[in-house]
Amino acid sequence: MTENGDTTPLVVLADVNKHFGNLHVLRDINLTISRGEVLVVIGPSGGGKSTLCRAINRLETIDGGTITFDGQPLAAEGKTLAKLRSEVGMVFQSFNLFAHKTILENVTLGPIKVRGIARAEAERRGMELLERVGIGAQASKYPAQLSGGQQQRVAIARALAMDPKMILFDEPTSALDPEMVQEVLDVMIGLAQEGMTMMVVTHEMGFARRAANRVVFMAEGQIVEENTPEEFFTNARTDRAKDFLSKILTH
Amino acid sequence: MQALFDEFPVILEAFWLTIRLTLASGLLALVLGTILAGMRVSPLPVLRGIGTAYVNIVRNTPLTLVIVFCGLGLGLVLDVSFSTSLSTNYLWLSIIGLSAYTAAFVCEAIRAGINTVPLGQAEAARAIGLTFFQNLRLIVLPQALRAVIAPLGSVLIALIKNTTIAAAIGVAEASLTMKTLFESHGDAVVPIFFGFALGFLILTLPTGLLFTWLSKRLAVVR
Repeated sequence: MTENGDTTPLVVLADVNKHFGNLHVLRDINLTISRGEVLVVIGPSGGGKSTLCRAINRLETIDGGTITFDGQPLAAEGKTLAKLRSEVGMVFQSFNLFAHKTILENVTLGPIKVRGIARAEAERRGMELLERVGIGAQASKYPAQLSGGQQQRVAIARALAMDPKMILFDEPTSALDPEMVQEVLDVMIGLAQEGMTMMVVTHEMGFARRAANRVVFMAEGQIVEENTPEEFFTNARTDRAKDFLSKILTH
Repeated sequence: MQALFDEFPVILEAFWLTIRLTLASGLLALVLGTILAGMRVSPLPVLRGIGTAYVNIVRNTPLTLVIVFCGLGLGLVLDVSFSTSLSTNYLWLSIIGLSAYTAAFVCEAIRAGINTVPLGQAEAARAIGLTFFQNLRLIVLPQALRAVIAPLGSVLIALIKNTTIAAAIGVAEASLTMKTLFESHGDAVVPIFFGFALGFLILTLPTGLLFTWLSKRLAVVR
């Protein structure tokens, strides 16, 4: 569970609060993510899961509390924040590949423009990552020419190209056709096994059971339960979680 | 009719000035308009405010007013000078007026284009650590510009026709030359008018076709 023997937590959220107008979307969130940990966040829609995920690289600002990444509090907009974001990969529900760039350019843009890596080296590494997620043959195509599952795997490769300390997955399989879910989950399971620190907002229980170290159940902006995947799915402690599970398990 | 052929070199020279006015103002307006569009989507409220104020004021001011201000206000009163040659100086002053005015329309066209770029792509760009300017330059503007090539073509066509207002400060482009020819060929005002109108059609119609073709060719597939 540790990387280079570093046992300090990678992410610490302390008393985090956020409102959207009158809606209190994050209520006193306290959460620590260790290095190498795979954390699955589960819960009903509108419960604050995505907001929590997006707050960690400050795509959402917070109204109260603190978020610390790798020992540093999140900075306000600017160079310091850009640097932090380059160390936190993010995979979105809607892939968000750059539509005017080829697949390979999508993967090399960050390394070249943010890290200042030479184009040839970035392309070599980019191809390596594309091969790894099984998209090598499509490198010169444009995003619109790929299926959803392929696009999401490119998005994962794009995140990996930055050598991030952590990757945030915001419902990575929710927008996919059912037959494409597994190919994306396989890549994610591979990453988890290699020790990547991951926070995954998902309803994929198979993934949670196979790859997660911990499950966090969120509802109405609060963390209602934290548990091991096995315990959570078979024997949830809270009624709110039991109620939610009974609804998603029966369909 | 004969007058039209006799004066052909004069007419050609007048249209050449119209073309130069258009190209110089168009280029400047594109640059200024892009900067304004960037300001209007900037995270800094001050820049957004300046951009919005500029567009709303300039777009709602008659172009004749802007050109006369540039010629008389900037040129005569404030003594802004680009050249010792009086005609070159007024040419540049009118280019300033035309670009300042057209930039407001370019800005709004580009801003509409920015709205066609899915928000998620800008978020993904931020998430890999691109700064606001890199995001604008590498991700948002290339797609925004390609989305608004056709509207920018309309702005350019409007600009071609708007260059005639430079006549108000004595720039000898097509419309001022037409007026001069009316005076020297009082018996041929109708053919001269149609000659000049045809000249503008020759400039504007291909421009429209070219931009329609470009917009299809360069469209970003989503």
